[in-house]
Amino acid sequence: MAEKVLMKGNEAIAEAALRAGCLHYFGYPITPQTELTAYMAKRLPKMEGGVFLQAESEISAINMVYGVASTGKRVMTSSSSPGVSLKQEGISYIAGSDLPAVIVNVQRGGPGLGGIQPSQSDYFQATKGGGHGDYHLIVLTPSSVQEMADLTSLAFDLADKYRCPAMLLADGTMGQMMEPVALPEPHKSIIEKPWAVTGTQMKREHNIINSLYLQPEILEKTNFDRFERYRQIEENEVRYESYLMDDAEYCIVAFGIAARVAKNAITMMRKYGLKVGLIRPITVWPFPKKAIKDAADKVKGFVSVELSMGQMIEDVRLAEECKRPVVLCNRAGGMIPGVDQIIAVTKDLVCSVEGGAR
Amino acid sequence: MTTQILIAGFGGQGILFSGKLLAYKALSEGKELSWLPSYGPEMRGGTASCSVTISDEPVGSPIIDHPDVLIVMNLPSLDKYESTVKPGGMIFVDSTLIGRKVERTDVSAFYIPSTKMAQDMGTPNLANIVLLGKVLKECPAISRSYLEEALKKVVSAKHPEMFELNLKAIDAGYNYS
Repeated sequence: MAEKVLMKGNEAIAEAALRAGCLHYFGYPITPQTELTAYMAKRLPKMEGGVFLQAESEISAINMVYGVASTGKRVMTSSSSPGVSLKQEGISYIAGSDLPAVIVNVQRGGPGLGGIQPSQSDYFQATKGGGHGDYHLIVLTPSSVQEMADLTSLAFDLADKYRCPAMLLADGTMGQMMEPVALPEPHKSIIEKPWAVTGTQMKREHNIINSLYLQPEILEKTNFDRFERYRQIEENEVRYESYLMDDAEYCIVAFGIAARVAKNAITMMRKYGLKVGLIRPITVWPFPKKAIKDAADKVKGFVSVELSMGQMIEDVRLAEECKRPVVLCNRAGGMIPGVDQIIAVTKDLVCSVEGGAR
Repeated sequence: MTTQILIAGFGGQGILFSGKLLAYKALSEGKELSWLPSYGPEMRGGTASCSVTISDEPVGSPIIDHPDVLIVMNLPSLDKYESTVKPGGMIFVDSTLIGRKVERTDVSAFYIPSTKMAQDMGTPNLANIVLLGKVLKECPAISRSYLEEALKKVVSAKHPEMFELNLKAIDAGYNYS
């Protein structure tokens, strides 16, 4: 294995993208993801064929991504919550044109301009569409600096494989913290892209990249075809970590930084005999529905720990089909649920399920 | 074993740098670690803090609610974090900048005039490192081993002379009694 280096999460994403053969980056600085843009600004101009461009706005940057993605080259943009909102129109066009691209959202508190501290309140935006029209992104949620790197590599591969945009849904903590990371080996896309706009050299028909279909029958077909690919993604690409679930009587569901805090809380609770486990979605679209559904047959209740007013909790409830109570443990606006809070909420749930005082 | 260290002071005192030095030292030792800075407006003159967790096992949450070791370089930080330190923990105080004593009786407190010492040495920017020297001396979980390796990684290549000056500052704090 490669020697471990210390890196900020934002830098690990950037380095992993370069190693995945991403030579095109377009972005605009915003806290707490600016180190990613800065890293690309430093490195890409020195690389053969590398293009770094600080666009005049996020809207401009995502449309540059649309352009490069049309040529089949690996391309990335990154921002934080308000900036990702600005990109939504472009993301819808990229999805509607069936193009691979990687978008990074290092989330901060909202809505509006919000704050600069970590948040997970763009969950709905990332997993339920975000822009207009019927589409999904593959949404990956790193929970360590190592995963910031590893899931970046994976995002490029999955985007190429399924011809759809993939999003890395991180948060300010993941972006700003440093941890030892073993960087992935350089690798490039091995997927043929016969659809790419690369010049015909008078040898083939023109490839046309487009999301406009004025005949509804044809537009409908593109939607059905795309959703067949989404079905394959749901079948093949669900990823999650199951932590101490074998004997668990209660299940915490959390991703990103919330999952890290939850693990500490679980360690504490197990010390005094409360059997709690964790299901940590690594993909939040596709959501690990089956893992949650199977857990519902074994556990007595779920706690959804989130840095939002409760967004993922809806997917948890849908997945467990209302078999067990699901309660929310949350902070919002840039605050992070603490170990003490997670323990208190879990104990409340235990009391309400099993009766008795705390 | 897991040691949680919280370093806090004004932005510009090298709070994050101190944390980085501890982080790189842990990396050189082959330990698990996380380094989490406060970020944003507080870095420009307000209160800055940095949470470093060093462990023999993978680090859970990088957020520190109750540190084992608190290193403070201004009064607001001592006021804010004194009560959060684990019973039996340690508090290191820059006594040039903080006039009061630690009120807790269930923790060990150490007072080092690190800002004055750094000024007297002609390197006023290294008060954070002087203070860290005392931490390395007193805290069994954070020994002096691998310090040179770590310093090499955090001192800018553009200013190699800073390596020796940092070592000198560490020694000053280490030998202070």
